This record gives sequence, C-alpha cells and structure tokens, in this order.
Amino acid sequence: MESTTAPVKPQFSEAAKAEIDRICKQYPEERRKSAMLPVLHIAQAEFGGWVAPEVQDLVAEVLGVKPIEVYEVSTFYTMFNLKPVGKHVLEICRTGPCQLRGSDELTLELERITGAKVGGGPSADGLFTLKEVECLAACGFAPVVQVREKYYEQLDTEASVNAMLSELRTMVHRPALPWEEKGLPNAIANN
Amino acid sequence: MGRKLLTEHINVEGIDTFEVYRKHGGYRSVEKAVKTMTPDEVVEEVKKSGLRGRGGAGFPTGLKWSFLAKPEGVPRYLVCNADESEPGTFKDRQLMSKLPHLLIEGMITSSYALGANTSYIYIRGELLYVLRILEKAIAEAYAAGFLGKNILGSGYDLDLYVHPGGGAYICGEETALLESLEGKRGNPRNKPPFPAVQGLYARPTVVNNVESIAAVPVIVNDGGDEYAKIGVGKSTGTKLISACGHLNKPGIYEIELGVPVEEFIYSDEYCGGIWKGRDLKAVVAGGSSVPILPKELILKTAAGENRLMTYESLSDGGFVTGTMLGSGGFIAMDETTCIVRNTWNFSRFYHHESCGQCSPCREGTGWLEKILHRLEHGHGNERDIDVLASVAKQIEGNTICPLGEAAAWPVSAAIRHFRDEFEWHVRYPQEATRPGAVFPGKAVLA
Amino acid sequence: MAKITFDGIEVEVPDGTTILNAARTIGGGIVPPAMCYYTPLKGSGGKCRACLVRVAAGSAKDPRPMPKLVASCVTPVQDGMVVENTTSEQVLNVRKGIVEMLLINHPLDCPVCDQAGECDLQNFAFEHGVSTTRYEEERRTFEKIDIGPLIQLHMTRCILCYRCVYTADQLTEKRVHGVLGRGDAAEIGTYIENIIDNEFSGNVIDVCPVGALTDKTFRFKQRVWFTKPVNAHRDCENPKCCGKVVLWYKGKDVLRITARKDQYGEVKEWICNTCRFDKKETSDWTIEGPAHIDRSSVISANHYELPVLNAQVIADLPESSVRDLEQNPPMRLGN
Repeated sequence: MESTTAPVKPQFSEAAKAEIDRICKQYPEERRKSAMLPVLHIAQAEFGGWVAPEVQDLVAEVLGVKPIEVYEVSTFYTMFNLKPVGKHVLEICRTGPCQLRGSDELTLELERITGAKVGGGPSADGLFTLKEVECLAACGFAPVVQVREKYYEQLDTEASVNAMLSELRTMVHRPALPWEEKGLPNAIANN
Repeated sequence: MGRKLLTEHINVEGIDTFEVYRKHGGYRSVEKAVKTMTPDEVVEEVKKSGLRGRGGAGFPTGLKWSFLAKPEGVPRYLVCNADESEPGTFKDRQLMSKLPHLLIEGMITSSYALGANTSYIYIRGELLYVLRILEKAIAEAYAAGFLGKNILGSGYDLDLYVHPGGGAYICGEETALLESLEGKRGNPRNKPPFPAVQGLYARPTVVNNVESIAAVPVIVNDGGDEYAKIGVGKSTGTKLISACGHLNKPGIYEIELGVPVEEFIYSDEYCGGIWKGRDLKAVVAGGSSVPILPKELILKTAAGENRLMTYESLSDGGFVTGTMLGSGGFIAMDETTCIVRNTWNFSRFYHHESCGQCSPCREGTGWLEKILHRLEHGHGNERDIDVLASVAKQIEGNTICPLGEAAAWPVSAAIRHFRDEFEWHVRYPQEATRPGAVFPGKAVLA
Repeated sequence: MAKITFDGIEVEVPDGTTILNAARTIGGGIVPPAMCYYTPLKGSGGKCRACLVRVAAGSAKDPRPMPKLVASCVTPVQDGMVVENTTSEQVLNVRKGIVEMLLINHPLDCPVCDQAGECDLQNFAFEHGVSTTRYEEERRTFEKIDIGPLIQLHMTRCILCYRCVYTADQLTEKRVHGVLGRGDAAEIGTYIENIIDNEFSGNVIDVCPVGALTDKTFRFKQRVWFTKPVNAHRDCENPKCCGKVVLWYKGKDVLRITARKDQYGEVKEWICNTCRFDKKETSDWTIEGPAHIDRSSVISANHYELPVLNAQVIADLPESSVRDLEQNPPMRLGN
C-alpha cells in the first residue's frame, strides 16, 4: 500500500469497537470516562504500539470527553508511548530488586545487542525500542523485561536473553488479543 | 511445615479453571454466605479473624468494613486493589495468575458482606495478561451462577469487572486508585471525605488488597475464631511473603505469622540462605518504603530477642531499631551491596512515581534523588548527608498521601543505620565509586 | 454550628466550614497562607501545603490531637476543635520547609517577572521563609509553549496549584489546557499546540498565584507598584460577566484590566475577555474610585485612596456629589 502524507483520521477496527463497547458497559452510563485506561490500551495495541495525538483525539471522541482529558491521562501513566516505537518495546525493570540481580548489566547488554538506546528511538532495523521502567512486580524472578503482555524473567544469562530476542525477531505480527480471536484485523497485521 | 490457607492448591493442574477449583472446595464460602449468613454475620467473622490489610498498612479489615456508610438507596462498591507495585512485592500477581478463582470467590463473599452489587478489581496495567486470566475465570463464574443476577437463588446480585491501570505506582494509594478508575490522572484525594463515605463515583466504597480479599473465603469457611488461632498475638493468619534480592531461593512463601526471620532467611523450607555463600548485610522487610535494617537488627531486636515475621515483632523498636511488615516484600542484600546505590535507586523510584500534586513530595523526592545520585557518583559533599536527612523529614507527614513517607523513610533509615557508608562516599569518592567497590568498614573513616 | 479555638481565639462557624475559612472569619495575622486554595473554585486546595496547621484537639467528642498536620483549606471544623497555627513552633517550621520546597525549582526571576509586587509566592517566601537556600542542584526547566496572543505562560514559575485548570473547567465549556505529565515534570500545557481562547480565558491570569500566567497585553509595560488601581464598571453585554473591574493606570493610560480581588486575593465575580483586553480607554468605563490596596503590599506605596476621577465622570455625577468633590478636590489621574 502506498503511503500518503495527507493526515488520515484513524479508525478503530470492528473488533476493537466491539471490545470498547463491551468495556464501556462495565461502568455506569454517565461514567463513560471510566473506560479511559482500557480504551487507551486498546488504542495503543491497534495503532502500532503508541498513541499519536490523533489517536488520543479518537479516544476522546469515543468516550465523549474533551481531548485535553485524554492528554492529561496519557501523559500521566507511563505505559502509553507518546512517540513512535519499534516493533517491540522492551520494558526493562530498573528498580532495586532487579538492580540487585543485574538489571543495569542487562540494560547495557540489550543496548549493545540491539543498537538502540534507553530513552531513545527504535533500533536501526526498526525492531526494538528500549525503555527503562519501574518495578514490574516480578522481583523474585529478576531481572525482568516486559514486552507487550508478556514477562521475560530471570534474564541473567546469555541464553535467556538470546532466547527472548530470537523469539521477538521471528515474530511476524504481535500476538492476537482475546477480542481478536478471528485473527488480527488486516490493518494491524499489515502495519 | 506451616499451614497454607491460600496457596494449598496453587500447583494443582488446572486450578485456574472453575471446574478444578470447585472440585478442590472452591466457592464453598459463597454458598455458605449467601445461603446461611446475613451480610453482617460475614463482617462479624472477618472482624473476629483479626485479618489485617495485606497491602501494607495492616489496618484491620473487619473494622474497615464496619466503617462503610450505608445510606438507603445509594449503591456502594467494593474495589480490589490489585495495583501491586511496591518494589519487592510480587505476591498478588502470582496469586491472581495461578488462583484467579480464589480472588473471585473472595470478591463475591466480601461484596455480599458489604452489600455491593457492582465490584471492581483494579489491576496494574502491566499485568494485562493477568487481567485476561481473571476475565476468563469471571466468565466461568457467571456461567456457573456464582456471579450475575440472583446468585445461587439467594436474590443477591453481583457484577464483577476487572479494570487495568496504565503504569503508575501511586494508584496503589486507594483514593488515587479510585480517581484512576474514574478515568483520570492518579492524583490522591484530600481526606476527609474517606472512601467509606465518598469513594468511587462519590459513593461509599471499600478498597481492599488482593491478599486480604483472598483470605475471606477461608475465614468464612472455617470461622473467624479458627483463623485467629493461627499466628501470634494481633498478627493472625498466614501472610504471603515475596522474597527477593540476594537469596538462594527467591519466591513467594505463605507463612504462618510468627516464623522467626532467621529461619525464614536461612532454612531450606523458605529462602535457603544468602546466594553465592555470602553473608547477609541488610534487609528491607516489607517493601521498599519500610526502613532498611542491618543484619544484626533484622535477626534480633535491639533487646536481643529473636525477630519474628509478625507486624509487632518487626516494628519492635519503632523506627529507631525496627521496621515494618508492610506488604511482605522481603528484599535481602548481601555483603557486597552498596547501600548508597540502593538508596539512590529507591529514591529514583519514588521521584519517578510522585504524582506531582503536592509540593513537599513533588519537589522533595526530586531533591533527594539528585543528592543521592551525586553521592553515588562521587560528587558528594560534607553537607549532603544532613541535607538528605532534613529534606526527608520535611516531606514526611506533610503530604496529601503516604507516598511522602514512603519516599522519606528509606532515606532516613539508610542514613540512620549506614551513615558511615555515606560518609565514605563523600570522603573517598574514587574508591567508593569504583565498579564493584565494597565498603571496607568503619575503620576506613578513622 | 461548631465552636472552635484557633490560636487561642474562639469562633463559631457553620458546620462544614473549613478550618481556613473559620480563621478568615477572625482575620488578621493568624490566617494561614493559601497558595492553591481558591474559594470560588470547586475542588481547589490541599496541594501546596502552605496552610498546614496543627489540630491539637480533634473535637469535643474526641479531643485527641490529629497525628499529622492538616491542610486547613480542605479540613472541615468539628465542634470543640482546637487549632494551632502561629502558636505552633512545629507549624512555623514546616511552613519554612514548604517555602524552601516551592522555591528550589523556581527561577527566582522576580526582577523580570510581571507578577512581582502582587505575587503570592513572593509574599509567602518573604513572610514565612528563610533567606538562604540549601539547594545545589540544577533547576527544572520546560520547553516554552505558546498559548495564544493574550496570555503568557511561564511554566518554570508555576507551583501547580491547578487553579487555572479548575477555572477553565468551571467557567467554560471548552477547556484546552490541563496538567500534563507527572511528578516534578508535570506542567500546565495544551499538549498539541493550541490557543486558550474562550470568552473567559483571561481569568486564569487573575487566579494564578505566581507569574506563570500573565497578561500578554501588559507584558513588561510597567512594574505593578508604579500603576494605580481604580475601580470601574460598565454594562457588559456578556450576561456571565459582572462588568466590574480594576483599571491599572499609569498616567492617563490604562495599562491593564483585572477582575476585583478580595483581601485574600480571590476573585468573586469573573470578567470576560472583552472587558479585560478590549476596553482600555477610560471612556469605556464608569469610574468608581481608587481600589483598596492592602497597606502591606508594595503597590500601596504612593497610592492615595482619595477619589481619582476624570472630567467625563465628573460631568455624569449627581449635583450633590459634585458639591462634595468641590469641597474635597480629587487627585488628578497621573498626578
């Protein structure tokens, strides 16, 4: 598909729309704003692992709130990526218990292997973005990296790190989410 | 071997399914409660059990429940705090992912006790995979008639939903959690009003930790008095301890409250001692916010008595020589650990996680981290240690929510017990910042 | 009604009154400072911690002291409560600490700040702080953003009181700015470049306790203490605007227009942008006379609270008033 420079208003896939409808029913009708975080998670999964301003505006529209109400939230919570990311975002836990078991060394190693820098843009091959995060609640299995919904634990050996990276490298599309049981919507599988 | 009240069946194949869980006695408490007990009777059993909030504060759960306002015709809510984020704590994640039905059973029985017809589990956003597990289990519970309208023909209705966070430690504070559940920034609220009067959507609300809710089925099944027989004094029942750091066998252990700390660290039943044959240097016993204690004081109280894994024993000596059980996040550090580095790490955490609403925390957490960063990187000066202690004091007690204390305590305690090591960083920055440097002991300062 | 003792003074206030407002009914030097609380703005308060006080006795029923200092602006009184503010060493010390915290990342650019002279932070620091700092670290900075031709945002000066956010929320339908980010990186912003543009947007300038939001049309024109505040009003066509303002004169020129504030710096009646930005001729207004300025304010220097009137206004006055004026000749504007 040819890329175009004209801004295209993003649209949720049908599967995502159905999931958003299901989620919104969990809250009182006049409290639709409650669905903010779950809908932002869906948006991030739908639109390439980050939430562009237009995507956030779409979330505002879906929830019936002002765009600023979404911006206030998306910038508060660390899980939402506000800039384009590589295909896989490696979220490396840097907090005490992980540091005690080698997270600093793991970060350096991942920077060396992928060529990406923590806090910087994606690696040259577009595959990896490195992000340091605070405690992932997996301290007994340190050091830990999260990629989307999966935890990679005890990454204190070369073998475990390589296993993680090769799994990610060979992944064609991100794993389908429960509401995508019929497979990824085309737009997502293609991006 | 201690009794396992929560995790007895955790390794049973298929225990995450309704069928297997039910076969192992699951959902009995719901049957017992909705068919044979009034809500107040359930509350009474929880009161009798002496169960204390397992999230960290240790406030008696039954008492908290009894504060819930019950105005006529106004819905009230039970919200489960599954925002587990206190560094060192990872018990709730394990409990929920392996035993989703235990939490769901606890939520149903507890919601019945509180008269809530809609309840939420607020789970930290990073645990979306656990949210999927819980949602699947909830669907099974609906199908089996344990959720939804007219549960087991009792006339009691309950809807249960799981709500993900978005990456913010502060949402573990109950009013920040409620703000977040309402789709807003996780800014803690001013109190009063307390959630028991005005919580979610300004309605009366109880917020309880996962582990507290998970203990309710046992209490209802066996009776509060039976539960209270386990443990020591006001520390009743069992507690999940998340053991991590430099231990041979880090992991989650369900202990009867009262196990000696020394046994917990060194016996093979639990953590199996310190890794690599090294000596223990210090322990943070209840999640990163509680005061760090050096080996001598974590194993024995200042009076020389064995320190036990109980709320009371760990806090024996106050903050001068004691600490807290907190969330049960037990972080052990071996003899090579740099306390300054660790303190800086924890300060960075609290700086990163401050919501930024109130001035002492917003400004103070950053100040602490910057000084500690300088110290750890060899740019400290003579004044720094006193300024650190003083800034910590300026934050403590003066903020909207307890994050202020959580940020201040680790710094105050590290200076209290390891001041020499801080001074070494100031006076011998080159040695102290060498990779792998280990504090050689007080003598070096003489 | 609830009877409380505040710094040894007994006062009776309606149930539900906050400690701060109870103290304000007493008035004077015992009133705690407030940097974020703002009576007309629902939800404000509790954030800056400037107003922390000690509750020495919680109530008649439960006379135990409260374990921590409490924010007086959001804590309701209880009958029999005993509160210590200026009488508590602890409170005064903690307040010094709050000043220090609020200043560590503040640029201290008062010499070039338009708010200087009427800045709550300046006053707070002067009255409650210490004159030295222990802060050696780098100060926080932000990327500058443009929020339109009327209002200047200086994020480095902001103390995150949230007043401007509540103002936009409660006065208008289309708030476009808010608090973004978190912790000490939190900032007032619009996220995507956006102009704060609605008929009441100018009120965020008046509610801002510091120089974070200032009037672009007044920028660098004059130090406020060289200008003379004069109360005036007009029949504003906007039904939500009260049309009652303060004109700030230098000589014969109206340099800026603000809403009227009470002794605690609070605007009780809002004004629209037309009144604030577009009516800078004396002839647009009916002049009432000099605005009251607290003697302790630097603005009060050289400020005479005698009638200051122009010829056109005198012509419109009833005869009896003109007679009074002849007996007490008014100051001429810009004298």
